[in-house]
Amino acid sequence: MKEVTLEVNGKKVTKQIQDHTLLSTFVRDQLNLTGTHIGCDTSQCGACVVHVDGKSVKSCTLLVADIDGSKVTTIEGLSQNGELHPMQAAFKKHHGLQCGYCTPGMIMSSVDLLQNKKNPSDEEIREWLEGNICRCTGYQNIVAAVKEAAKNS
Amino acid sequence: MIGSKVERTEDKKFITGKGRYTADITLHGQSYAFFIRSPHARAKIKKVDIAKALKAPGVVSILTGEDIVKDKIGGLIAGWKIVSKDGTDMKLPAHPPLAHEQVNYVGDHVAVVIAESLEEAKNAAELVTVDYKVLKAVVNTADAMNSENIYDGIDKNLCFDWELGDKAKTDEAFSKADQIVEIKLTNNRLVPNAMEPRASIGDYNSSSDQLTLYTTSQNPHLTRLVISAFNGVHPEHKFRVVAPDVGGGFGSKIYPYAEDVVVAWAAKKIGRPVKWVCERTDSFLSDCHGRDHVTHAKLAVQKDGKVTGLHVDTIANLGGYGSLFATVTPTYLYAPLILGLYDIPTAYCNVKAVFTNTAPVDAYRGAGRPEATYLIERIMDQAARELGMDRAEFRKKNFITKFPHQQCLVHNIDSGDYNAHFNKALELADYKGFAKRKAESAAKGKLRGIGFSTYIEACGIAPSSVVMSIGAGVGLWESAEVRFNATGNISVFTGAHSHGQGHATTFAQIVSDKLGVPMENIDLVHGDTDKGPFGMGTYGSRSLAVGGSAITKACDKIIEKGKKVAAHMLEANPDEIEFKDGEFIVPNSNKKKTIGEIAFACYLPGTYGEIKSPLPEGVEPGLKETAFYDPINFSFPAGSHICEVEVDPDTGETKVVTYSCVDDFGNLINPMIVEGQVHGGLAQGIGQALYENAHYDETGQLVTASYMDYTMPRADNFPEFRIEYTCTPATSNPLGVKGCGEAGAIASPPCVMNAVIDAIGTDVSMPATSEKVWSALKNKTNSEKKVA
Repeated sequence: MKEVTLEVNGKKVTKQIQDHTLLSTFVRDQLNLTGTHIGCDTSQCGACVVHVDGKSVKSCTLLVADIDGSKVTTIEGLSQNGELHPMQAAFKKHHGLQCGYCTPGMIMSSVDLLQNKKNPSDEEIREWLEGNICRCTGYQNIVAAVKEAAKNS
Repeated sequence: MIGSKVERTEDKKFITGKGRYTADITLHGQSYAFFIRSPHARAKIKKVDIAKALKAPGVVSILTGEDIVKDKIGGLIAGWKIVSKDGTDMKLPAHPPLAHEQVNYVGDHVAVVIAESLEEAKNAAELVTVDYKVLKAVVNTADAMNSENIYDGIDKNLCFDWELGDKAKTDEAFSKADQIVEIKLTNNRLVPNAMEPRASIGDYNSSSDQLTLYTTSQNPHLTRLVISAFNGVHPEHKFRVVAPDVGGGFGSKIYPYAEDVVVAWAAKKIGRPVKWVCERTDSFLSDCHGRDHVTHAKLAVQKDGKVTGLHVDTIANLGGYGSLFATVTPTYLYAPLILGLYDIPTAYCNVKAVFTNTAPVDAYRGAGRPEATYLIERIMDQAARELGMDRAEFRKKNFITKFPHQQCLVHNIDSGDYNAHFNKALELADYKGFAKRKAESAAKGKLRGIGFSTYIEACGIAPSSVVMSIGAGVGLWESAEVRFNATGNISVFTGAHSHGQGHATTFAQIVSDKLGVPMENIDLVHGDTDKGPFGMGTYGSRSLAVGGSAITKACDKIIEKGKKVAAHMLEANPDEIEFKDGEFIVPNSNKKKTIGEIAFACYLPGTYGEIKSPLPEGVEPGLKETAFYDPINFSFPAGSHICEVEVDPDTGETKVVTYSCVDDFGNLINPMIVEGQVHGGLAQGIGQALYENAHYDETGQLVTASYMDYTMPRADNFPEFRIEYTCTPATSNPLGVKGCGEAGAIASPPCVMNAVIDAIGTDVSMPATSEKVWSALKNKTNSEKKVA
């Protein structure tokens, strides 16, 4: 067991964890932040993407023990003061989600894309999201949503 | 609101991480289940030794097949009886929720370990030893009938040998044909891969004898019925099934699985909540798969291009057991649709369904109709090529043009205009400009091909009298309850279930228009057997056509009652009251009542001094109506899809570069949601054509059991789809809707494959991976050299 302190969605949390605790299970099971989803066991699907120190990462690939002291933002921490983040609003406007399961990871990943590139082309959006699998939407409305968010950011 | 692109009311919870899926639920005192699965495709279980594991830290209980027998827990069922052509009933093996004599596929359930934590359950599972006698597995669809019998009493591994159509008449058509076109096709096995893995939590209260099962279901009422009536776990009236937010289904979550039965039973047995969440590899192994047909088809054609007959022989792989909808999928959902939207005077279809040592196969997006469409559209292309006709013209020559049209097999198609969507698709795809684009691709060293596909579906399943006469174990109506609250807002209960389809929005749009109440005052309730009437769930593009119609009918009853109350309050005759935009009006007067006032009056019918009761004599208080809607016919969406692919001959890499479709779904309630459904279907269908394949090796090991090995379509695999519509309203339901959920997955596999074959000039099977396309090109070049 090891004690770690993280800043999660703006709040400091100190918890006892096992050495092998993954960030994905930590936020779900220990912090009850169930918006981060687990869709595979091979770090392929991207449903668990969160931000660690501002960058998107598949939370199933990180040991909590390795990120002691980091700032973590999950989907629950994206909207501020009750206002949807422009990416969240764009996903709603463009019907960029259906069952909603991949959506938190998809949004967190897309937000990071715009941090790296202000006005990505369709092709750049599709390439960036290659690590996020969606089975419902066929991706087209997700691409439209990211473009809209780029316009409004 | 009907016809408007209304943003979805359900979205906010999902985009803020507040969705509540089964795996998100934590119950006080819950234990964790881990299933021990068979590592062998076919084996006898000699002994399951749990003694050591029982002593492992944290273990609460370990249950095996012997416990299932002891507790008399019934097996999983196949819900649709198929009768073979010789008049005998289909043959089914027993399907116990935990195997106790024999395992029949890799992933089959052998035991469940329940512990204080998942980790402890997994660790203890390592200590369970299962002594197997491994037997030779039967894996291949085409060879299954010539292999060893998997089950005693099921000769040739044959579940049924079924036929549809007039064989003599069809044989005659072939004897008179100018040309006979033949094709052999494999419809590749797919894994549905809803992004949310399956999960279930059982919770039993021994004091009240109430059992609750939270589960990832498209169909909670059916799950309750089956687990109660057939598995015998708990009586239906004390059993609640909740399907909360469900992360996609595509057919794979229509029916209860072994894990649902075991978790519900175990929770009752140990007196504690039991939670199970599937891991992805276990999903690959144990979710029911889709497709897996091997087909030989023949088309009889006249010189002028008129098709005069179709003969189809299909072997359908059912996997290790008969799953709930497994037997109807390759029969009644398949064979009647092999005619496509062509006017073919006679046809015959024989389907042999076989058992193999692979995961059970069941309904997957389209269920039978993609297989039918793949067959007819591939053979139509082949025929046009052999006749030297333009593939578009050949199709048009054979379209049904008059409606209603009684097909030679089963369906009576009420409406459609096939030339309308085909011509529109030709324009949308710029067919005329194809030669130029092909030349441009050639200049870049790429091979470009164009593919056509037209399709017809039978949706809105289905008239109960029809389906029950052909073997269905249940009627397929749908229920709704529209419940006004005293304050004028509305709770709508539906037996359909939304797991991405946006029912909360679409259904509210219907109620809003019907009753003149704003969308924000309407809430949709679904997915809980304790709330609302029994329903038949969501699949087969039925929710709107059947469930939406039930809601419409319930709204009509509300208006009917409202008129009586309004008439009484306004001192008028009920027959003269008109209802419009949420108001009950006495014509040619200023007398009116809003529907909110009527609702309020219905709930407060007392008399207060001078104030008389607003309810007429004999009218009950309250304003809530239930309706069950049983459709009079299937609905028949149809459409035309055209795509272009580019192939790199050096690598075989194939990309869909344009995709155009024009669909006729009848009336559209929310075009934004409809478009999303089309996109998703296309992605799955293109996935089948180019990327996805569930591959078992000869020993029955699933080689593609993770996202590392099974190619899921990604964002960069697709062009921007061009989507348009035509509309001939359905006449079989009051909304005039036809269904849109499966169209994309039905039309796109043949569309893409016809384009690939057009590009490379030789046959290739699905999925047309780079390797296969490269090899096909190489073989073609080699054989051309030999000929030269």
